Amino acid sequence: MTTVPTRGGRRLGRYTLAPLLFTAVAAVLYGLFFVWPGALGLFYSFTDYRGIGEPEFIGMENYTDLFSDDDFWHSLTRTLLYVCASVPLVYVSALAIAVLLTSKYAKGRTAAKVVFFLPWLISPIVIGVIWRWMFGESFGAVNFLLDQLGAGAVPWSSNADLSLAVVVVASAWAGMAFNMLLFIAAIRNVPTSYYEAASLDGANAWQRFRNITLPGIAPTSFMVILLSTIGHMKEFAMVQALNGGGPGTSNRLIVQYIYETGFNRANVGYASAVSMVLMVLLLIIAFVQTRVEKRANRDF
Amino acid sequence: MTSEKPREASRLTRIVRASLPTVPLWVIAALFVLPILWFLLSSFKPGGELFRFPLTFLPDTWTLDGYLRAWDRVDFSLYFRNTFVVATVTTTLTVIVSAATGYALAKYKAWWLTALFMCVLSTTMLPTEVILSPTFVVIRDLGLYDTLAGIIVPSILTASGIFMFRQFFQTVPDELIEAARIDGAGEIGIFFRIMLPLARPIVITLAIFSFQWRWNDYIWPLLVLNDPDKFTLQVALRSLLGAENIDWTILLPASVISILPLLVIFLVAQRYIMSSDLNSGLKD
Repeated sequence: MTTVPTRGGRRLGRYTLAPLLFTAVAAVLYGLFFVWPGALGLFYSFTDYRGIGEPEFIGMENYTDLFSDDDFWHSLTRTLLYVCASVPLVYVSALAIAVLLTSKYAKGRTAAKVVFFLPWLISPIVIGVIWRWMFGESFGAVNFLLDQLGAGAVPWSSNADLSLAVVVVASAWAGMAFNMLLFIAAIRNVPTSYYEAASLDGANAWQRFRNITLPGIAPTSFMVILLSTIGHMKEFAMVQALNGGGPGTSNRLIVQYIYETGFNRANVGYASAVSMVLMVLLLIIAFVQTRVEKRANRDF
Repeated sequence: MTSEKPREASRLTRIVRASLPTVPLWVIAALFVLPILWFLLSSFKPGGELFRFPLTFLPDTWTLDGYLRAWDRVDFSLYFRNTFVVATVTTTLTVIVSAATGYALAKYKAWWLTALFMCVLSTTMLPTEVILSPTFVVIRDLGLYDTLAGIIVPSILTASGIFMFRQFFQTVPDELIEAARIDGAGEIGIFFRIMLPLARPIVITLAIFSFQWRWNDYIWPLLVLNDPDKFTLQVALRSLLGAENIDWTILLPASVISILPLLVIFLVAQRYIMSSDLNSGLKD
């Protein structure tokens, strides 16, 4: 249970008891499934725990091992590359489509919106299936088309970089829908009088977008970038279905690395150390992005 | 506007003006829907046609054979039931817990409520998915391993849900609560009888989102479940992919079947998703 706030021996009034009741379940769940595993992970990261028996304290050994572990560095850099490629793609495509969908001259906006939203319904596993089916090296539709056009087959699954490129495009395709909705809501909230005034001053469409829309939706932009970054850092299911982190282990992203180390090889201590590194990384990302946002808000 | 001349003159302008956003919009939409169409059409092709070159966009012979075989091979009724139980129970609990927590965060003032809000915020920045092994140990120690409850209980708390309700209740005037208090209503009664009904649109929106999250969830069921009889749909689908040689004739129809329930919900409740003024961290 949460600590009961009776500082200075104040009597527990209805205004304390009621919110305590309302938030009790959330607080307990937070403790059980967030604080406890977090603390346990930190503890395990200093031990050689293998899932059974007693964990033995080994100090910083896991962390020093990590620094010279090529597999770890490969997974981490691959994940960062994946994030750096996907997030801009998701951001630009979601924003572009949202702008088109809010343009009052576009025809069939409602129908188009439904089309763009469809991928949101599909699970990461099935998204992996869909893209794997399209980009199959010997049987996929994409290679068939390229072949017809005379370009020849492309090694989508045996070349590591091309394989990652497919993952990037698939993730952008899948993640676009939700961010598009956020952008549409944000664009609609920009006061129309701004646009009217700009039009009177002779601003063209690009100038209006650049100087009114973009600053107007800045908070949403930051949120989309932050959430997409975190979401992509923990990518797992879709890659499992699309290429299983392959070819070989070349596209094994960090969460898959943690999963395989912790479960397949039962190296819980070591996997926990990787988790802690990832946690710190996410914390830094969140911190930097909120700082940038604060500064940007000051400038507008 | 009333005179005939300028309207005639601007006809070309109007066409240009309309096609400028319309053409790119629909070109992109067509490209966007292509993967789904290809996937869907392929699922109606007979096994022999699936890999026969040259590929054709439309099936030469339409068949439901793949669907029948997929239904035979994969115990859909079992996986549907498991997934459905998990999704509905979690969603119900998520809505109640999020509403109560969001309400308390919006309408009461205390230092520990602010602290709790920061804690909730931290769960979006530091998702538990990244600390898989310790989370597994916690689930095991709680006796939740290999039970459906092991997927349900850890998924109840979502920051997005709490944010949505907090934001909504902040817009509800305090006078409403004061008036109810003067009339002698208790705090719990005010929440359940006045506030929760007021928040109906949020309840529905969160319910749809939560159902989708849980229906499509992969990592928790993978972590918690061991007994194939308890598998959810996503884990079962993944096991079809696990083999060295994927049987696409079954995998494609099975994947299509797994989407259908969400598609139905989407078609029924479309307006709640599409028109919802999303501005909170609504992402699992």
